Amino acid sequence: MDKIFRIDMTNLTVAIEPVPEAWKGLGGRALTSTIVAAEVPPTCHALGPNNELVFAPGLLSGTAASNAGRFSCGAKSPLTGGIKECSAGGSSSRILARLGIKAVILQGQPKGDGWYSIVVRKDGAEIVPESETLGMGNFAVVDAVAKRHGEDFGVISLGPAGEHLMAISDISVKDPDGRIRSFGRGGLGAVMGSKKVKFIAVDPEGTANLPIADPVKFKEANKAFTKTLNDHPVSGQGLKKYGTAVLVNIINEAGGLPTKNFTTGQCDHHDAISGEQMYDNIVARGGEPTHGCSVGCQIQCSQIYHDEKGEFVTSGFEYETIWALGADALIKDLDIIAEIDREMDDIGVDSIETPVMFAVAMEAGILPWGDGKRLLEMLREDIAKGTPLGRLLGAGTGNLGRAYGLTRIPVVKNQAIPAYDPRAIKGIGVTYATTTMGADHTAGYAIATNVLNVGGKVDPLSNDGQVDLSRNLQIATAAIDSTGLCLFIAFPALDIPLCLTSVVDMLNARYGLALTGDDVVALGKHVLKVEHEFNLAAGLGPETDRLPEFFELEPLAPHQVKWDMNPKELERFWSF
Amino acid sequence: MKITIKLFATFRQDRFKVEDRDVAPGTTVADVLKSLDIDEAEVGTLFVRGRHVEPDRVLEDGEALAVFPLVGGG
Repeated sequence: MDKIFRIDMTNLTVAIEPVPEAWKGLGGRALTSTIVAAEVPPTCHALGPNNELVFAPGLLSGTAASNAGRFSCGAKSPLTGGIKECSAGGSSSRILARLGIKAVILQGQPKGDGWYSIVVRKDGAEIVPESETLGMGNFAVVDAVAKRHGEDFGVISLGPAGEHLMAISDISVKDPDGRIRSFGRGGLGAVMGSKKVKFIAVDPEGTANLPIADPVKFKEANKAFTKTLNDHPVSGQGLKKYGTAVLVNIINEAGGLPTKNFTTGQCDHHDAISGEQMYDNIVARGGEPTHGCSVGCQIQCSQIYHDEKGEFVTSGFEYETIWALGADALIKDLDIIAEIDREMDDIGVDSIETPVMFAVAMEAGILPWGDGKRLLEMLREDIAKGTPLGRLLGAGTGNLGRAYGLTRIPVVKNQAIPAYDPRAIKGIGVTYATTTMGADHTAGYAIATNVLNVGGKVDPLSNDGQVDLSRNLQIATAAIDSTGLCLFIAFPALDIPLCLTSVVDMLNARYGLALTGDDVVALGKHVLKVEHEFNLAAGLGPETDRLPEFFELEPLAPHQVKWDMNPKELERFWSF
Repeated sequence: MKITIKLFATFRQDRFKVEDRDVAPGTTVADVLKSLDIDEAEVGTLFVRGRHVEPDRVLEDGEALAVFPLVGGG
């Protein structure tokens, strides 16, 4: 990967640049964060001409490595006001990498009202005035691009929410089956919308095998790596069968399933919204419980969910979405939840931020608790259409809570808290508070060790050891996010040492290097520090590394626990 | 004494979802696993009263034991 595509939306020009020396060892999150930190003024307006939207495949993307189909998208987030990196699967990462494209940078901003689409090809890109697809949902955009250019083109697109520049809007990525994956969190859809780009189509013509410095060693390392993925029960079996929704019952059992806008830790109807129930529905209706989001995926945690008539409703039906709609917003019907998941994919909104926001809306009295039908209506009639109510909702959880004078607003750095209550699972609380990304569970998935007995055991109800645990996980995650490998390799990686040593071997074999595990840790640390510096300069000081006050005041049933981590302990996080 | 056993994910296969049982006082979690033909090596997490327990935990009257295989997600 030896080219940087710089697409200037002010002048509507495209430049192809060689990769600067300083960026050669970077990929994925390491690259997007480095570019954003270097080129975006931290105090810029996230929807103005000085923000950049950077797409970058990972260091192993485009190779035969298992599970290397992820790529990163980075910018200054209009939701958090800090740096953001999102990771998504789909088909575009592999195509971009195999075209030799190391990063695509969207910069500047068109002056007029006209919108554009972009076609990225091996040797250049075209910026084209776009009107046909404006207002379309993502599924229709995927179809339109297939008709215009071909089924095999990659598609990176906005739904109507991104066109409305909403802070809850995301960026969608077409997967090999035409389904939708997402750069979900932090309002990146609004950044792409602010540059008036409706979609980027990626032309696979000219894709070629990537040069591998030592092909024999690469193949051996990949074989060893792949075996660890298949040997570990989580990546080898559990995720294939139940997807991530398998977590509903276990997090409920642990008393950490945020229910009714984070007022209690268990949900009465947990069974009806569980992974086990989802699996039964899928099998009974001819869906597909096992589905991969990108070429080379061994773990296949996605699924194809059908309705009672046996027709497709949604895929990539995640624990986070099911928790947020089912437990946090009290919707009891998994089929309505599936319909909402599909609608969120189509309109292009984050399926964590949006339902957490709706639960706050329910507390505010805007719609009844558990009313999935009304929620669906508001998605379609208000958010998708950009009515004043839609724009209020579309500004996210924090904004809505403040508009209604609420105190139970579950956000950190203004981003909605995901599916684990920090009072009952202290380790994830540390991650939420300290990660540069705002409340983000993937950034340092302490759930593995606090609840799931993967990678050791740390008592979720105790503060002991949590800061060190979260720090180690955040460092490792920043490194994995730079490889283009799916973060779910972390499950085998935490229990089987050969997993990560094989990843290092693959990096060395691909690039002709002699990296050690320490080098990979150093990369992770470096990425976090670059992001942290950006955030400090953007105005996200140490006082933003904390959880909302209500977690300290309101005990969570059944364990009757509050958040009581000593702030001095949290301050220690950045001592590395 | 009376206990409740809750099984999840693949452990439900050829077994059950929830069952109430009469067991002798002093019965441990390990005893229950053995009676269910669940290999301790396959167990991911064990909960009683929402807290992690080890197989040597002695169960008390009225308690519920939740048994999960190794699971993960995001």
